[in-house]
Amino acid sequence: MIEIFYSLIGVIFILAAIKAVGDTAPHRYWTAAFWIILAVIFMAGPHLPGWVSGAGILLLALLSGSKNVRATKNNVPTEEEVKHNASVIGGKVFIPVLSLALTAFLAATLLPFGASNAIGISSIIGICLALFVTRAPVKYILWDSTRLVDTVGSASIFPQLLAALGALFTVAGVGKVIAGLAVCIIPPDNRFIAVVVFCLGMFLFAFIMGNAFAAFSVIMVGIAVPFLFPQGANPTIIGALGISAGYCGTLCTPMAANFNILPAVLLETTDKYIVIKSQISLMLLLLVTHILLINFFAY
Amino acid sequence: MEIFKLVGVAIVVVGFALKFDTILTVVTAGIVTGLVAGMSFVEVLDTMGNAFVDQRLATLFVLTLPVVGICERYGLKQKALDFIERIQNVTAGKIMSVYIVLRAISAAFSLRMGGHAQFVRPVVHPMVHGAAIKSYGQIDEETEDIIKGRIAATENVATVFAQNVFMGSAGCLLVVSVLGEQGYKVDAMHVALWSIPVAAAAVILSIVQNIILDRRLAEKYAKSEGIK
Repeated sequence: MIEIFYSLIGVIFILAAIKAVGDTAPHRYWTAAFWIILAVIFMAGPHLPGWVSGAGILLLALLSGSKNVRATKNNVPTEEEVKHNASVIGGKVFIPVLSLALTAFLAATLLPFGASNAIGISSIIGICLALFVTRAPVKYILWDSTRLVDTVGSASIFPQLLAALGALFTVAGVGKVIAGLAVCIIPPDNRFIAVVVFCLGMFLFAFIMGNAFAAFSVIMVGIAVPFLFPQGANPTIIGALGISAGYCGTLCTPMAANFNILPAVLLETTDKYIVIKSQISLMLLLLVTHILLINFFAY
Repeated sequence: MEIFKLVGVAIVVVGFALKFDTILTVVTAGIVTGLVAGMSFVEVLDTMGNAFVDQRLATLFVLTLPVVGICERYGLKQKALDFIERIQNVTAGKIMSVYIVLRAISAAFSLRMGGHAQFVRPVVHPMVHGAAIKSYGQIDEETEDIIKGRIAATENVATVFAQNVFMGSAGCLLVVSVLGEQGYKVDAMHVALWSIPVAAAAVILSIVQNIILDRRLAEKYAKSEGIK
């Protein structure tokens, strides 16, 4: 069943490619190529030899690295159009979006397909509701989904790629090396220190990189898998709290400019680090909260 | 030398710190790590390709984009704006507290109603600023900066910590995929549920900060009024 949803994602990527080709910008073919390769991996991936998908990923990386994967011309609704629509539809516009989370939760608890399929099911219901509530022409699905795919751009495959990086790290034995180094700090059978090292690791890596997602695959492979899980830590709790321990680092670093520097520029502050200064004490407090929560609930 | 296997980690750290293309950085780190560990180039591609196909789940959030896109066209942000603007006659801190609660709830439902450029600067800042002027008359530059910092922080804390409460969020799916690739089966719903405590703590602590800010400002401007 989940393959149906992956194929639908593939269709969205193909639409993004078709839209790109219709543009006149010089980067249009490169952008289209990116989405087509991705669509093929999504739709035919399980039937392709691994190295073919791997070669595809390498091409995606080169296209993305060449800075040629950028937004192409979009059908952006005008301000008057949005205002007019808003006055006609009113508060009902929230229904489809709110239904995404609710139907996903209900489908995950009530239906026997699992949480991943539930997300797919909720998206389909959401689209139907959106069309029903707004009475929008079906072509808007095409315009608006390709518009948002364009906004996210090549970063849309980032989480998936990090999972693949984690797999490579494991096969190559990177986790063992980090674990070998961490052994010097983490005494055997000391749960508390292992948890502290895990949370601080997420915090510091996210701080240095300005990105908690990238930190997550490294720290999971290097600290959680060799230390926390053998001690009996619950993977769900470690995963959920691990990523948010990383978020604490994200909100303390100038490296995450979108969060911490750009708003200061937008608001024209005299001190450009004021956003970080107003977040840092809360983030440190939350980091301690993470350590305590993991200690009490993950074991 | 075993330690050379860490070159991939170093590439990720340096690549991100220097703001190289994220996708290219991650793929380079993976390939170099594999080669250093003695795998052949084809083996590396094979491992990476298989893992990538296995973890398509992490990109499932793309399916939610059409719904969000259509609702944006039909005035999602407009309506959220109308709603926020109804808050009146309260202190700067209270407006930010109401905003952080609304913003966290909307993030937990994957509603992209905010944004520093689209929402914070044009709507939230003028409201908070207006409330401060109303309460204290003139405010100095230092206060102005403190308030601006808190407004931006409000938006960041709410969106960042509440996003994973939505089980279809990129963060949740990343957790499921990375753990799945390491052989630990977890599902997105439980990751979302376990994201609630921290999201709640972040919002509550922010509200406490806002209360303290209100008190400090009231004290500061009461004193300066006394001097006059």
